[in-house]
Amino acid sequence: MIEQLLQVQTDSPEVAWSLIAPLVTLALGGILLITISSLIPSLKDNWFPAAFTAGTAAAAMVFVVDIWDRVSSTGPEFVVANSMSVDQYTVFVTGVICISVFLVSLLFHGYLQREGFSGPEWYVLILMSASGGVLLASAEDLIVTFIGLEILSIAVYVLASLHLRRGESQEAGFKYFLLGALSSALFLYGIALTYGATGSTRLTGISQSGLNERGLSPAVDSSMILVAMALLMVGFAFKVSAVPFHLWTPDVYEGSPSPVVAFMASAVKVAGFAGMLRVFFVGFGPYVEDWRPLLQGLAIASLVVGSLLAIAQSNVKRMLAYSSITHAGFILIGIYAAADPESRSNGGVLGAEAFLFYLLAYTIMVAGTFGVITLIGRRDDGRHSLDDYRGLFKSNPVLAVLMSALLFAQAGIPFTSGFLAKFRVIAAAAQSEAYVLAGVAMLASVVAAVLYLRIVVSMFLVDSPAEADEPDALPSGLSAFPLAGVTAVAIAVVATIALGVLPFGQEILTDAAEAMSAMR
Amino acid sequence: MYLNQFLIFSAILFCIGVYGVLVRKNGVLVLMSIELILNAVNINLVAFGTFHGQAAGQVFALFVIAVAAAEVGVGLAIVLLIYRNRRSIDVSEADLLKG
Repeated sequence: MIEQLLQVQTDSPEVAWSLIAPLVTLALGGILLITISSLIPSLKDNWFPAAFTAGTAAAAMVFVVDIWDRVSSTGPEFVVANSMSVDQYTVFVTGVICISVFLVSLLFHGYLQREGFSGPEWYVLILMSASGGVLLASAEDLIVTFIGLEILSIAVYVLASLHLRRGESQEAGFKYFLLGALSSALFLYGIALTYGATGSTRLTGISQSGLNERGLSPAVDSSMILVAMALLMVGFAFKVSAVPFHLWTPDVYEGSPSPVVAFMASAVKVAGFAGMLRVFFVGFGPYVEDWRPLLQGLAIASLVVGSLLAIAQSNVKRMLAYSSITHAGFILIGIYAAADPESRSNGGVLGAEAFLFYLLAYTIMVAGTFGVITLIGRRDDGRHSLDDYRGLFKSNPVLAVLMSALLFAQAGIPFTSGFLAKFRVIAAAAQSEAYVLAGVAMLASVVAAVLYLRIVVSMFLVDSPAEADEPDALPSGLSAFPLAGVTAVAIAVVATIALGVLPFGQEILTDAAEAMSAMR
Repeated sequence: MYLNQFLIFSAILFCIGVYGVLVRKNGVLVLMSIELILNAVNINLVAFGTFHGQAAGQVFALFVIAVAAAEVGVGLAIVLLIYRNRRSIDVSEADLLKG
């Protein structure tokens, strides 16, 4: 009997473990962390979970560097029965997600101690969500895309509502969950229609059936494809909070715990953009003329609405929520330029480079900015009105200067990565002759600068309200803040300025951009 | 049976689900409406799978069922959390966050 069983050969696909190592590291790290901390409860409350999470992200980063070298020499690799593809583009996005996890795990340490929460579940959920993001970015089959999107989202729904004392946090989580579940249901309906129209869930299969259709084959119902593309676009536009699917963003950013917002605004958005780009470039490449105008509309709406509505806000987290909507508009312009069918060699690669650089620069800036917000929030994480930032320079000059540097970077002041990112995007838009988009982007960045300046001015304003009398006044001096959180913010500031001043990494960007353009 | 009949049925279910999400005030009923949309998708997938003569559609439907269960689990947990804090699961009363 046993011998017979041993002889049974299963027809399972070969898994190239070494190529999906970052994904496995993140997921396994999460499982290990929750196992270890339930077996040894004394580890829960100290530095261990944060250090473990940061270490997992760093280990995944080591694999990222290794795999980068491998795929540079071999070209794109298709793994796990061709359901995932590992190329330089995937590896780059994975690296960006790992950076976000690293910074956010440092922020969490001090935050959880201040709020009096123990337990590793915050870190575990971050790691799980990040592994879903990596899966989404590398999915080569719509089933895998959907699973990745859900792993990414469900963990973040929980994280958003995990601040048990704050009613706002639960409300934010519930709003995020409802709209997120609705958008993933619409997304799924789009997948079903795509499958019906093309008979395949594999991205390459979808694009091949489209090519037949362009070659006068009646095999594909193109009206069904159009509806499907619109529904898929809605699903992704919700994840990256592009207007008009942005309505949840200000509420959720305001209510959720601040370090969770840092993760939401960086890794979740990056993964959403990466998945959007792969699905539309690989799967719907033949229909580029049909979906490219959608991107243009979303980009213009996001830039205009995001920059204008931000000015009317008085809560810093809401302001930065609108600013993240504006950033989404910029990134969409990068995709728009990268999808240019005319200049596949020139404007396309330029757009792809702009898109990837924007993702990297934006992730670091936004994680750092919400890092400062995390530090300033006081206990219960509720003090985020503009008045609470008054006189920050007087009580904590270092923190105020770090925050100003990050806000200037978001505004796009020269010598920061934000300037280069915006410059590249606008240059790529001009290269692919999208002058309207380039013009709207420039105007929007001027209008958005007002918002960042408002925060900076209020920090440097001298007349701080009667801070000293308050029971929960902000402690003065840098040593009053958790070391890990301050380190994360400092890393973000240094990286933001370094990316803006030193011209390193151009060949990495070019390689990834070429891999991205080759997907179409 | 024609493919059309399944697609129209699923489209009707889908519309009822979207209507429910937009109109219902009770948090649990909103969750049920989302389930309705997901089941509309499942019917579509199975019908298309049969139409194309592949197993992929059915397999995908199984994945969707599994993910929907996880999603509803999280959703109900959040609704329960809100109920504990506020003694109400009325969606329209969730108005702490405004701007």
